[in-house]
Order: sequence, then C-alpha cells, then structure tokens
Amino acid sequence: MRLDVRKTYKLFIGGKFPRSESGRVYPVADSKGEFLANVAMASRKDARDAVVAARAAQSGWAGATAYNRGQVLYRIAEMLEGRREQFVAEIRALTGKSDRQANQEVDAAIDSWVWHAGWTDKIDAVAGNMNPVAGPFFNISTLQATGVVAAFAPQDSALLGLVNTIAPAIVSGNAIVVVSSGSLPLPAITLTEVLATSDLPGGVVNVLTGKEAEIAPWLASHQDVNAIDLEGTSNFVELEIQAAQNLKRVIRKGDFARLGTKGSLNHITNLMEVKTVWHPKGN
Amino acid sequence: MQLLSPEAIVGSRITNQSLRRWLHSLPGVDKVGLEARAASLGTRSIKTSSKAWALDAAIKMMDLTTLEGMDTPERVKSLCLKALTPDPTDLDCPRPAAICVYGDMVKHAKKALGNSGIYVAAVATAFPSGRASVPVKLLDTKDAVKAGADEIDMVIDRGAFLSGNYLEVFKQIQAVKEACKRSDGSYAHLKVILETGELQTYDNIRRASYLAMLAGGDFIKTSTGKVTVNATIPITMLMLQAVRDWYDEHGVLIGVKPAGGIRTAKDAIKYLVVVKETAGEQWLNPDLFRFGASSLLNDVLMQRQKLKTGNYSGPDYVSVD
Repeated sequence: MRLDVRKTYKLFIGGKFPRSESGRVYPVADSKGEFLANVAMASRKDARDAVVAARAAQSGWAGATAYNRGQVLYRIAEMLEGRREQFVAEIRALTGKSDRQANQEVDAAIDSWVWHAGWTDKIDAVAGNMNPVAGPFFNISTLQATGVVAAFAPQDSALLGLVNTIAPAIVSGNAIVVVSSGSLPLPAITLTEVLATSDLPGGVVNVLTGKEAEIAPWLASHQDVNAIDLEGTSNFVELEIQAAQNLKRVIRKGDFARLGTKGSLNHITNLMEVKTVWHPKGN
Repeated sequence: MQLLSPEAIVGSRITNQSLRRWLHSLPGVDKVGLEARAASLGTRSIKTSSKAWALDAAIKMMDLTTLEGMDTPERVKSLCLKALTPDPTDLDCPRPAAICVYGDMVKHAKKALGNSGIYVAAVATAFPSGRASVPVKLLDTKDAVKAGADEIDMVIDRGAFLSGNYLEVFKQIQAVKEACKRSDGSYAHLKVILETGELQTYDNIRRASYLAMLAGGDFIKTSTGKVTVNATIPITMLMLQAVRDWYDEHGVLIGVKPAGGIRTAKDAIKYLVVVKETAGEQWLNPDLFRFGASSLLNDVLMQRQKLKTGNYSGPDYVSVD
C-alpha cells in the first residue's frame, strides 16, 4: 500500500510560493460537499507583501518591449495547454462539470490568453492617437500601464474568470495582486505554477486565496495600489468609497464579461493611463 | 571621558604583545548560541502602542546618511531638509539624531541644519577603505572637525588588525581621537567603524570592539555600508554585549551603531528588541545607539502613516532620495 502524496496549496507572491503569514488554511469542498483540500487563507499582511512585490516588479514588466510581453503571455498559453489534464480534473472536482464542459472551459481560458497576448503591441496603434492641434507640434496620446492593480476574480468561475481578470491587467504592463474565487481556488494555484514556469518575471502576478471580504478593505484603502477590479467582491459600494481615497481606477462588478474566449479592449484600456506628448515640429 | 588609563585596563605597558595577550584572553564567541539567540529575539511581535514608540525611537536614533561619490551640496541640503521635516503631513514626527556625510559636505550640512539640534557626522580617515597614510587620515579628521562636524566616523586599519598589529590600530584610534579635539578643548564624538564584514570571525569582532573601546572610541560602529556583509543582528548583539560588559567593568558608557543593510521598519524594531534585551534600556537612547541608514527613514515613515491612518501607505507619500 502506498500513501498519497497530497499537494500543499500555497499562495503566490513575488514569484515564490509562501504559506500565509498567518499560518491559516481553510478546507475546500468538491461539488458534492466532500473535503477536497486545505488551501492557504491569506491575511491582510499577505496582501501587503503582495503589493510590495507587485510594485517592485511593475516597472521592469512595463519597461519590457511590447513584443517581449506578448511572447511571455503566449508562452503562458502554451504552458496552460500542457497542464490541461490537471485543470480539467480540478474544475470537474470543484464544480461537477462533465469532462466535455471542463475541457471547454480550459479551451476558452487558453484562447482568451492567446487573444490577450496578441494585444500587447497593438494597444497603442488602436487606442493611442495623433491629435490635431493648432500649433507647430506633433501631439501624441499614448496609453501606459497604470501600475499596481488589485483584483477580485469572479466567485463562480474556477479558471476562465480568473484568466479574464489577470490577462487584461498584465497585457499593458501592470502588475496585479489577484484574490481568487474563495470556494473554487484550486485552478488558481495550478495557474500560478504555470506562471512560475513561464518567463513571467516574479511579482507581476501575485495570487492570494482566502476570504475576499477579509482582504478587500485593505487593498481598496491601500495607498500604493493604482486600480482595483471589484468583480468578485460582495461589499463593492463601501470598497469603491475606500478606493476613492487615492483616486484608484475602479472596475465595477459586472463592467466586463469574464467568461468569453476573448476579452475586450475597453477592459484593457480601463487599466491604463493616457500620456499626451507635445513635440515641436518647426513649421 | 576615560576613567581608567589603557595601561591600567590591560595591566601593563601598551605594547603589541600586551594588547595581544589581553585581546586573546577574551572568551571565544559561541557562534551557534549567538545566532540562535539573535534569531529568537527577532521573532518577537511588537504591536500597537509599543510599535508606535519603537518607530519614533528608531527615527530619533537614526543617522540619516548619504555617502555616495555622486553627492552634491544640493543633495546634502535636501537630505538635511528631510531631517528637519521628515514627514510634512505630520509635524509631530520626531527628527533623526544626525546627518552623516563625507567631510567636504560638512559645511553644507551645517548651514542647512543651523541650530536645529541635529548633529552632523562626518566620515573620515580615508573612508571607506582606510588605506591612506596616518598623516592623511589625521588631516582628513581635523578638516572635518574644523568644518564643524559634531561627530567623526573613522574606519580602523583592517589590514593591520588582521595581520595582528593591534598596536598600530590602537595608536591610530588614539591619534584620531586627538585630532577630534576642537580649538575650545572639547572633542568631537568619535565613532569607530570596525567593518565587521572584513573581520572574518566573531572572535575578531569582539577583539576589535574591545580594542576600539580601550583606545577611547565613544561609539563602535559595525560597517561602512560599502562591503557585501554589513550590519547583522548577531554582530550587533555581540557588540552590545561588549559595551555592556565594558560598562560593568569600567563604568564607561560606549554607544553602538549598526550601519548598512537596515532598510525596513521591521528590521529596525528587531534591533531595538536586541538592544533592550542585550545591553538594557539605558542604551535605547540616541546617545548610545544609532542606526546608520538612508532608505530606512522612508519605510519607518510609511509605517507611521499606516498606524495613524489605518491604511497601508506607499512610496508616493514619502520623499524620493
């Protein structure tokens, strides 16, 4: 007889896999209510550490060429494909979906990731602009990453909703701290293993598992977070008020669809800032 | 002020042999015990009002430092302004103890600080290597004192120390101490940098500490901040034990200054715990304990803001330096 080697589901902060600073875990049940695994329950200090890691990684990621970011994102899609079986098994266990439905969700996640990977070097071409001005200037508006994004993935989707929350943020050069679905966290942690083995710099994506309601106020009021995506939150009105303290960009619950095979450019540009440059051109 | 002469402490005339005999008769350091003790003190949790006290204390004990080849008078001035008003959003924020600069920047720092009570410390004696002839080192010191430095941070001659020439190290510290004498007969405070990262063993660090105290240093300081290994908690703890024992034996209070690599408020608080538990509360005082740091202040300020507002702060809310 052989004992099972069970996986320890940990957090993903700064490219490393720490346990929660608080030492807490919580049980995750499968679709029939049976115990499936213990998952780390992140505390506010884990969220704080994740923001520090994201801030440290952000400038390097935004400074990489758009082409390079696209390649890294495409690489992630490749690695997702290679781990397909594991995602399918976890989605089936957690949600009770059939093999076909679970495979469809993984397909959609990979397709959406590829869709986003293609956008890195096209955002400016489509959303940037050469502005007509009355004077001897070139006047150009370009879009730049806003910085650190805190996000709450949809609660009712195990993988696809998470992918459609992370990808639109990091495409443009943001770093993200994302809190996964509380009841369906296993694919989120498997996704971090994919991210860690792609060429994504540590800290660009940080994934926390735990209670959204516990962590959200700390991220919403955090002065070093530039944008917040409230999709998976419950107390979103209060959070939006807190987010206003330092004028965070806010994505409200339901603003963007999260379950498609592609995202939307609007979602991407909502997490960006416009920079306008005046350049003298003589006559 | 030295109460006992070095001869009385060593028990004979000061020669290289007598110094060697005295230093090598010090008990050896229990490396495992020291590091385990330092690690266990580092796990202590300091919360709420104690944390608020510790953050303020850390600022009051700070030597805000800029020691770069690219320092300019304006940069020194901006650092001084930061020392005068560390947190413009909270005017109750305490000020650091001193500004630590190169000798040629002393006059600019003095001018910017005026009579605010913030000291100006100058590094001297061919900092950071200490590789210059003795007359050059003394002139370096005198020049900084003349420009108005309140404190002098000197480096010991590590080459001489490691080759066993303790007498040379001793004489140099004494000579620099004399060079700290001002025209009015008072002395600039002398901090002796041991550069522990280059001393190789804990035993050597203990010996260098005793040698520096014997020669009349007012402070013993861990590092220049210019080598790979800077201040660590075990090293600081070892030096705190030395000053504690020195006080017990000879009744003279000597300060300790860890420098280099202390960047977060969390680290600073760990040091304060070690100070209290090793040397005692008497040393929790800017006259006897200092942090040599540059980026530490910003992190402490962010932690203060967190305690005050309840929100996590960020680097956008402290000055860039």
